[in-house]
Amino acid sequence: MHSPTPIDADRRTAWPDAIHAQFRRVGIRQVGYVPDAGHSRLIALCQNDPNIIDVVLTTEEEGVGLVAGAALGGQRAALLMQSSGVGNCVNMFSLLRNCGFGCVVLVTMRGEFGEFNQWQVPMGAITEDLLRLCGFLTYRVERAEEVGEIVGAGCDMAFDGDLQIAVLLSQRLIGRKQWTR
Amino acid sequence: MLERREFVRELLRDRGDLLVVSGLGSATYDVAAAGDHPLNFYLWGAMGGTAMIGLGLALARPDRRVVVITGDGDFLMGFGSLATIGVKQPENLAIVVLDNAHYGETGMQASATHAGIDLVRAAVACRFKQARAVSRMDEAATVRMLLHSGEGPLLVSARIKPEDTPRVLPLRDGHAIKQRFIAALNAV
Repeated sequence: MHSPTPIDADRRTAWPDAIHAQFRRVGIRQVGYVPDAGHSRLIALCQNDPNIIDVVLTTEEEGVGLVAGAALGGQRAALLMQSSGVGNCVNMFSLLRNCGFGCVVLVTMRGEFGEFNQWQVPMGAITEDLLRLCGFLTYRVERAEEVGEIVGAGCDMAFDGDLQIAVLLSQRLIGRKQWTR
Repeated sequence: MLERREFVRELLRDRGDLLVVSGLGSATYDVAAAGDHPLNFYLWGAMGGTAMIGLGLALARPDRRVVVITGDGDFLMGFGSLATIGVKQPENLAIVVLDNAHYGETGMQASATHAGIDLVRAAVACRFKQARAVSRMDEAATVRMLLHSGEGPLLVSARIKPEDTPRVLPLRDGHAIKQRFIAALNAV
């Protein structure tokens, strides 16, 4: 097994904590996710936060319903998914647009910078365009030190303006997935 | 088998503080026909998402009873939600599937339940606290009581006649449905 380089280790401990801090600041109470390695630390932070209900989904589109239901009940919710999961949500995203539910989706990117598995590329290559077609404003993050600021701004826009916001966490930020174990 | 309108009207009689989410198509018309109410969240699309909206709402408002009323087609499209709900074990969530074993809006094609796929056993397998099938009107009072006080998550598969009923069309503007619901929930 490859050991992560020190700088990767630093990044992995820094930016998910910055996202979690923004969740705390804006009062996110429900977090739905289909697990992704890039989100593993953030998922653990949410699971260990008594103010957050974490919901593991069987498919990402379930999370769109979760966000809508949470909002009807007065709670803010966020979704964590990998870029491949965005494709699973397309029709369900119409719920957010039709009713004006504020939503923050954090997308860990696959199929780009240094991707070892070409099966990830077709969906990864259209993820941002697809989100825009579905009515999302998209923000891409390449550097760990920008994560907190961009996610924070996205959360404010989503919940102050009932907008659909996606933050794309680039594969370069997350670190290449290791091919060999 | 049940008359769908009569059954839903009985379930929602003197509904008290129930929060209701209705699935697209006939289930939304049935809930509207039972009497428009600001605490109805009517879906006109988002097929497959009704049960998960119920889950998000039930988690956000554990002090209130949440009832999802939907058809077998919508429920089957979100079948994985059974597992997701089973994991979270919301005590205040009930799902009523109006099961005519057909896709009524599109020409009455047979659904999976027509071939014997068993929603009740699936719900039990997914750790629902209670799951039962009903097919007679004299069971409606028991189901109504479950919606108000039964421990969830619970699922009722209501065997309804595969019949065409007149459309009863409630609000269709999603923003209006949402705002009305939130205002009514916050007013109480």
